[in-house]
Amino acid sequence: MPKRRKDDERATSLEHLLAAKEIAVVCGSGGVGKTTTAAAAAAMAAASLGGKVLVVTVDPARRLANALGLEGFGNKENPVPADAFKHAGVQPRGELWAAMLDTKESWDALINLHAPDKETAQRILENSLYQNVSGRFVQSHDYIAMERLYEIHTNGDYDLIVVDTPPTRNAIDFLEAPEHMADFFSSRFLRWLTAPARSRVINFASRPFYQVADRILGTQFLQDISEFFMNFQTMYDGFVERARAVDRLLHDRRTTFIVVSTLEHVPVREAEFFIEALDERKFHLGALVLNKVLPSYFRDEGATSVAQRLCSDAPEVANAVESIIAKPEMAAPVLREVGESFLNFQVVAKREQEQRNELAKLPEVVASVPYFDSDIYDMGGLLDLGFQIWGRRD
Amino acid sequence: MARDLLDHKLLFVTGKGGVGKSTVAASLALLASQRGKRTLACEIDAKGNLADFFESGPTNYEPREVQPNLFAMSMDTEASLQEYLRLQMRLPAIARIGPLARAFDFVATAAPGVREILTVGKPVWEVREDHYDLVVVDAVATGHIVSQLAAPQSINELVHVGLIRQQTGWLIDILGNKETTGLVIVTTPEEMPVNETIELAGRVEDETDVALKGIVVNRVLPELFGRGEEEVFEELRQPAAVGALDDSLGSPVEPVFEAARLAVTMRRTRAGHLDRLRTSIDASIPLLYVPYLFMRAHGLRTTRQVAEALSAELGY
Repeated sequence: MPKRRKDDERATSLEHLLAAKEIAVVCGSGGVGKTTTAAAAAAMAAASLGGKVLVVTVDPARRLANALGLEGFGNKENPVPADAFKHAGVQPRGELWAAMLDTKESWDALINLHAPDKETAQRILENSLYQNVSGRFVQSHDYIAMERLYEIHTNGDYDLIVVDTPPTRNAIDFLEAPEHMADFFSSRFLRWLTAPARSRVINFASRPFYQVADRILGTQFLQDISEFFMNFQTMYDGFVERARAVDRLLHDRRTTFIVVSTLEHVPVREAEFFIEALDERKFHLGALVLNKVLPSYFRDEGATSVAQRLCSDAPEVANAVESIIAKPEMAAPVLREVGESFLNFQVVAKREQEQRNELAKLPEVVASVPYFDSDIYDMGGLLDLGFQIWGRRD
Repeated sequence: MARDLLDHKLLFVTGKGGVGKSTVAASLALLASQRGKRTLACEIDAKGNLADFFESGPTNYEPREVQPNLFAMSMDTEASLQEYLRLQMRLPAIARIGPLARAFDFVATAAPGVREILTVGKPVWEVREDHYDLVVVDAVATGHIVSQLAAPQSINELVHVGLIRQQTGWLIDILGNKETTGLVIVTTPEEMPVNETIELAGRVEDETDVALKGIVVNRVLPELFGRGEEEVFEELRQPAAVGALDDSLGSPVEPVFEAARLAVTMRRTRAGHLDRLRTSIDASIPLLYVPYLFMRAHGLRTTRQVAEALSAELGY
């Protein structure tokens, strides 16, 4: 296995960055190509850095899942077939593995790990509140993604793990998820709920807010909750300790964060916010990947004046090709439409450039990926994207 | 009929992140208000920025008139809880502060549905009280909308007695009333948003009582060439023609042609996704197309343009 970590020099490309890290957490708002970027970065790492690289994805498009050989495997880590690289004409130096994050399955595994005995585990798994917690708990996705990362990293099977993060309502939720999880288990309210039933009744009668809680939620529901948490609390130490370990791992110097965005207004605001949040919490921001950026020729002055000429003087320009094309009378309208289309997209390209300039605090590595005119659904496409983000310094 | 869309009393607008969900919600609300309806635009996504779309300054829990006939508010579960306890539970102020709120937060975290019910409860309450002709909710993204809309039902299953239980009845009635309430999904003609839209349409049908009443396809690219023009374009891209054009223009035409080729292939890829959407969704659900806006501005001007496009699509 090639040794890839060398030094702590500032990375100047994604290649350098990933060569020096063991974990890359890919984050950003929804719809910016986060999953594809994570997969492309991992594929490039496997192809050119070597070693054993794992990409953990959350919700890949079906064709991407197919490309990674992920169909129907759930939580299990699987090697991406070597054929996938061969079809793309690449001889990878290392191995690419892929896994999907199944929240429910991961939670079940966690319960089984931390429960003191089989019966307790069973009681928790069958509790209707647990079904809710594991399936829909607002931050359960966030926490479980980080938890799973910790587990895989601890097993030490991979040289590099690239994790895609779940779409969150709030991008920083998952950074705080381990902390929330620890808080959750040490809260006073939980202690009250799980206090012996008898003393709770006394409390209940004596404290107005318990009376209110009872009136709103009903005694039965409160009892259901308390029973559930009583079982859950047997796992308290394990959970809190684990949550702290996960948090430490995310702060470790071997871990880096890659923020993905497009140059649209909302994603850029979110990326900005996220970069600040990472900085404040002392996580390592390694790279910013800007996806779906319109090609730079839209900002080219020569091209702009050509497009303007085509709009204003199409018939005259068309004279030049009169003798070359079959239907010369159609040349002028086509040339005008081509010019108009260019100027339309140029408005968007300029808008993107303004957004780009507004990103004040930038990481060491910034990569721009041009707009791909078709969807990425195989290893060839992933590697095309990968080459774009790999070596450039924008 | 598509134009019935604005005749509902309550519309939830959802969509995958990045497709323009809030733009469309704001535009639907603006359009309704322009058509004389007293309209409330209610943002319930915590990270939302609905106010940006009206350029009205920040919105908060108290609805504020941002345009004639158009009111805007943003959800605050804490404030919603306070109001709920005051209006529904008739609890004295003393019980509504401090530890209760914290305890509530805890229960809401542990038992999903409690928080959602407050979030969804507010707009539904406004409908019940008939404060507005139409309430447009800028709802959570596709990933969370089902659990939000199904929350009253889940609460009913978890809580068997108590005041909360009594409160879920009217929520369920209003949400399930097909004449009153509808869901609008916003998408773009791209692979993942279309996949999520198709999947969500199925889940909404299976897991909630709320009826899907429309799909807004945002950022539809214009067809660049008319009949026979693409062949002419291909001819123009041949070396001889390019050389002649370069000479005539005094500058290379190639980047402008390359841009046109990109526009054509982007449009084509998207057309494929649109076809898939059309064939996968029940034919009775109207698809409303909003063109890609080649604009620099954000904010109210964009909202007006999208409202105009929607107005045309709805047949006004």
